[in-house]
Amino acid sequence: MNSKTASQPLTIAKTPSAPDASGFSIGGLFRRPEAGAFLGLFGVFVFFLVFGSIDFLKPAGAASWLNVAANLGIIAFPIGLLMIAGELDISIGSMIPAGSMTVAIISGYYGLPIWIGIAASLGLGVFVGLVNGFLVVRTNVPSLIVTLGTLFAVAGLVLGLSVLLTGTTSVALKAPELAKFLFGQFVGNTFQVIIFWWLALTALYIFVIHYSPYGNWIFAMGGDKVSARNAGIPTARLTICLFVLSSTSAAFVGMCQAILFNSAQVSAGMSFIFNSIISVVVGGVLLTGGFGSIIGIFFGTITFAVVNQGIYFTTFDRNWSSLIIGVMLLLAVLMNNTFRTMALSYSPKKK
Amino acid sequence: MSTPILKLRNICKSFGPIDVLNDISLDIRPGEVLCLLGDNGAGKSTLIKTLSGVYTPTSGTMEMDGAPVAFTGPRDASNRGIATVHQFGGTFPLMTIGRSFFVGVEPTKGWGPFKVFDRKRANEIAVKAIRDFGITRIDDGDRLVGGLSGGERQSLAIARAVHFGAKVLILDEPTAALGVKQATHVLRIVNEAKRRGLAVVFITHQVMHAMAVGDHFAVLIRGAIAADFRKGEKTREEITDLMAGGETMADLEAQIDGYRQTHDGHPPQLANAAV
Repeated sequence: MNSKTASQPLTIAKTPSAPDASGFSIGGLFRRPEAGAFLGLFGVFVFFLVFGSIDFLKPAGAASWLNVAANLGIIAFPIGLLMIAGELDISIGSMIPAGSMTVAIISGYYGLPIWIGIAASLGLGVFVGLVNGFLVVRTNVPSLIVTLGTLFAVAGLVLGLSVLLTGTTSVALKAPELAKFLFGQFVGNTFQVIIFWWLALTALYIFVIHYSPYGNWIFAMGGDKVSARNAGIPTARLTICLFVLSSTSAAFVGMCQAILFNSAQVSAGMSFIFNSIISVVVGGVLLTGGFGSIIGIFFGTITFAVVNQGIYFTTFDRNWSSLIIGVMLLLAVLMNNTFRTMALSYSPKKK
Repeated sequence: MSTPILKLRNICKSFGPIDVLNDISLDIRPGEVLCLLGDNGAGKSTLIKTLSGVYTPTSGTMEMDGAPVAFTGPRDASNRGIATVHQFGGTFPLMTIGRSFFVGVEPTKGWGPFKVFDRKRANEIAVKAIRDFGITRIDDGDRLVGGLSGGERQSLAIARAVHFGAKVLILDEPTAALGVKQATHVLRIVNEAKRRGLAVVFITHQVMHAMAVGDHFAVLIRGAIAADFRKGEKTREEITDLMAGGETMADLEAQIDGYRQTHDGHPPQLANAAV
């Protein structure tokens, strides 16, 4: 028996389901975490092409959902990573307005240089992330509860401080040319520049998560935290880093929005909590951790954005869009479960 | 008999007023399987946690390779070559075999910040390490760990520990949840580890499994070593009696028989219901 199979491992190890997927098989594709997200995206595109119009793929139409996807996507990646690691961060809902108010108050209201405002905004993100991370790691309170706490605390802080300092809940901001160019311009009059940030970040995340060794740590942590720690992974430090990443990303999106729209409001961003979770789950990330992929989250985000915006290209009343999103979420989860079972029971040849 | 790699002398461990381990002295030798037997609550897990650096003993000394050691934590113990494999421990169900095998010590290729996980090499090494232990069914490092059988996962975890240079392998009830055939797999791997000169500490309460691989047996009762003997010195019945806390199995059987007689051979609930 030994001699018969001994020559196989090396040849088999070279075959498909590789991240680069050269010479792929259909079966191999279905077993990947993003299979459901990809099919979902495809289905949604077909749906809106049939019931809507081709306008939806033309530049002006594409911009409408790409803008939504980019803003959401930058936050969905770290949320997805946290979920893969077995945690959750909902404080991003108040970090977005916190990020935009910080830059608007510092650089708009007080007139300090924009770079100070941007640095303060991102710094606030790092700080809130550290608070979230330390609380979760030290107290072992579920991260949903901890970040629910910081969600309200930060929201209250932003509202209170804004009214106290500026006497209003909406602050105007006039950003200088360079900052506007980098963070808040419309490319071709319709595409927000944040789309390019999003695409660049996608490439960066894919590299770090699926190619560099660090990605492995996150998956291991979500799979079995105790074993991961025993294997020498600094789980506490990694958890804190992920929380810092998510709230800083949220602050970044808020900051970009403030520069783009030349103003910041206290209340904008609560919808991002559920939207990012939906994108991540549609993207094939397992809610209980240990499974998922960046490209899946990428597809999931686009799917969500297309459903969210595609309704405007159809003759349907736009009030139906939540129904479509809800049904889509359920379908995606069921589909992802099926694909995960397929991946688990997969064995290359006979059982 | 080889010289002990790990020597415990008069180890005591108490949590507050409760003495969990009492005056434990044991020799753990390379190329030998030490079977640690005992009923639930006998102190088996406290003992292995002490061995693997999770707990520091309240009193007593530990020597490794002849020099006294005091582990500062589990990391310290594992750096010195003491690996603990818990049931299914160290494997991640939704990761591929290759990735799971190298968690924390990923092989990389490339340079500078562009070092990438070397998937091909990881898979080859992992598959080879497992196959060397006689699990020939695994031939693709891209399969998910969760798709393996319980015995294969256990074998993967053991192969991993051995690959990364474990000298003392502590197996915490590796056969407890496995079927007969799967358990045989694991026992074969324990034998293979022994053949390679590792010191194996095998915790179980299945006497059959212990008898199959053990060279040296220690029975724990209420935190103390009740018996310390070598292979062939005691029969299976004697060991079972010891594990049951000194009460002989024959006595237990007599109790059960007596009970059945007084209840006309019925379990009590049924007898009550009939009345």
